[in-house]
Amino acid sequence: MASKTKKQIGKVANWILTFVLMLVIGLPGLWVVLTAFRPNREILAKPAIWIPEKLSLDNFGKIFGYGVDQIAIPVPSYFANSLIISLTSTAIALLIGMSGGYAFARFRFKRKNGYFLALMLSRTVPGIALSLPIFMVWSRLGLIDTKMGMIIIYVALNIPFTIWLIDGFFRQIPKEMSEAAQVDGCTRWQAFWKIEFPLAKSGVASAGIFAFLTSWNEYALASQLTRSTDSKTLPVGLMDFTAQFTIDWAGMSAMAVIIIVPALILTFLVQKHLIAGLTFGGVKG
Amino acid sequence: MAEILLKDVVKNYGKLEVVHGINLFIEHNEFVVLVGPSGCGKSTTLRMIAGLEDITGGEISIGGTVVNDFAPRKRDISMVFQNYALYPHMSVRENLGFGLKIAKQPKDVIEERVNEAAVILNIEDLMDRTPAELSGGQRQRVAMGRAIVRHPQVFLFDEPLSNLDAKLRVQMRTEIKRLHQKVKTTIVYVTHDQVEAMTMADRIVVMKDGHIEQVGSPLEVFERPVDTFVASFIGSPPMNLIPGEVVMRDGRLHVAFNADQSVPVPASLADKTTEGQKVIFGFRADDLMPDGHAVPIMGEASGLRLTVDIAEPLGTETLLFCQFAGVDIQAKMYNPRMVKPGEVMDFKCALDKTHLFDAASGKSLRG
Ligand SMILES: Nc1ncnc2c1ncn2[C@@H]1O[C@H](COP(=O)(O)OP(=O)(O)OP(=O)(O)O)[C@@H](O)[C@H]1O
Ligand SMILES: [Mg+2]
Repeated sequence: MASKTKKQIGKVANWILTFVLMLVIGLPGLWVVLTAFRPNREILAKPAIWIPEKLSLDNFGKIFGYGVDQIAIPVPSYFANSLIISLTSTAIALLIGMSGGYAFARFRFKRKNGYFLALMLSRTVPGIALSLPIFMVWSRLGLIDTKMGMIIIYVALNIPFTIWLIDGFFRQIPKEMSEAAQVDGCTRWQAFWKIEFPLAKSGVASAGIFAFLTSWNEYALASQLTRSTDSKTLPVGLMDFTAQFTIDWAGMSAMAVIIIVPALILTFLVQKHLIAGLTFGGVKG
Repeated sequence: MAEILLKDVVKNYGKLEVVHGINLFIEHNEFVVLVGPSGCGKSTTLRMIAGLEDITGGEISIGGTVVNDFAPRKRDISMVFQNYALYPHMSVRENLGFGLKIAKQPKDVIEERVNEAAVILNIEDLMDRTPAELSGGQRQRVAMGRAIVRHPQVFLFDEPLSNLDAKLRVQMRTEIKRLHQKVKTTIVYVTHDQVEAMTMADRIVVMKDGHIEQVGSPLEVFERPVDTFVASFIGSPPMNLIPGEVVMRDGRLHVAFNADQSVPVPASLADKTTEGQKVIFGFRADDLMPDGHAVPIMGEASGLRLTVDIAEPLGTETLLFCQFAGVDIQAKMYNPRMVKPGEVMDFKCALDKTHLFDAASGKSLRG
């Protein structure tokens, strides 16, 4: 009996701890979302109004240029820039990650471990420390304030991780799978796309989400290297809401929601591919 | 016609040569088993036939065509892997039909062939499961089914039974043999289990350290091993091998093991050896049995008195472990009776079935 109650207490404690942790993680997000739908009066009220009295889409209308008091912020261009830069850089990073990961998992070549380590070590340098050198090189190359410039940076940032993650997934697939397919009549290329790729799909999907979110949310480098609607991304655009003495919290929160929603949608879409352990059962037992 | 010819085939991994120029001719519809200890190059040889490994030197032909530069898919072979390598994301039906689908066969042909294979291997009830939902033996069957649907010229098996438990292994052994009788094709089968080799093969190829030691029918390899390696590798228990020297005693050549223990050289070998030669005397446990035994000995017999260390009753026979001239040897007793450790017994050795090997080279003197 005593042990049973003990177990129950443990369980309750567990739940409380989880709840507190989730509160810490989730509450700011929730507050941002709530703020996005509340009028300025409520947001700035002192003492704070905890329970929203009036929710509306006014803030969104405002930043898209509708309604009474407009703010001249080109959100649609920022959104388009973010989308183009993130999707393109993710696609390229995945392509290179897949080729690289496959090569590391399957082929023998000289200094393989050295290259692998070098790739990983490249990620130990904090991105912001690179901003000055990149700025200098990019300005010589004329890549400042271009989408291409940002795409290149994000590809470089994401490749080590995508290679590492995808390598791990290919490594789990016995090489006999591809050999069996080749004996069964496939070329090496067909064997890859028909057998190995479907089995590593969950790894590619995870790498894709990660790469997309990194580019989508990145602020530090983008804020240094983008200037105008040509290349400014959504996170950088958030700063447009700060004037010298005021911050437009309502507009900023509305934009934050605009940033969060596509990321959420994408994660949900890809999530169903994240079923790991698909290789189980193909080999021995 | 699908005969396979290996001509001076060499394989290097980097600087390391692991297969040293092997020559082998496998006939159409023959069941050949490559057998040898771990690391002797059996899998490498098989994979070279399959085209999964490049060959460093020599020539491989299948059905009269040199296939050195052919990709696996051009060789009209199929292979069963040790770990089966079933495609986990496909149902059993899709696994079986995969090769035909790649070959762009029409749907009805695929279905017919898949069903035919399913009937042969008795897996009709499993067709809609995925490999994860199968037992080891069932996976084994599906792997074989996948190999036979394409009606290839050659089947290659790489230790297909080593992941199964002992009972299932014996059962699958007969099934593979039956399969060979049903779908007549050339089979090359790799195993390190000499019992599998003996029971399944038309011809056994014994390999060691990247060389072929002996090629022959199971009985040839068992009865006339060319050297001490084959003698101790094939057959269970392994052949008893005792070092000695050929001497003249009482006007006849004997193999002397020490000052007072010796056996006569069998008449059939008398002219193959000379006085003073260092030899290894070999005989199987079956050819050393207690005196006065119900199983008659054909030909000449020589008497030995030995002390039994351990007796292992196996039912129909009892294995007796004894010491002879400082070497552990085994004898067989067919008349069931309990033997006490330490019991001294008189044995008879069937001399005509014994072997002599040169001590230096290990080669059989029967030549
Ligand atoms: N990819 C490789 N690189 C280097 N050496 C290898 C490679 N594959 C095999 N070898 C070596 O080649 C030799 C033969 O290997 P192989 O796999 O053919 O042996 P095997 O007879 O099949 O043994 P087992 O019964 O253990 O499967 C071994 O010494 C092995 O270490
Ligand atoms: Mg092997």
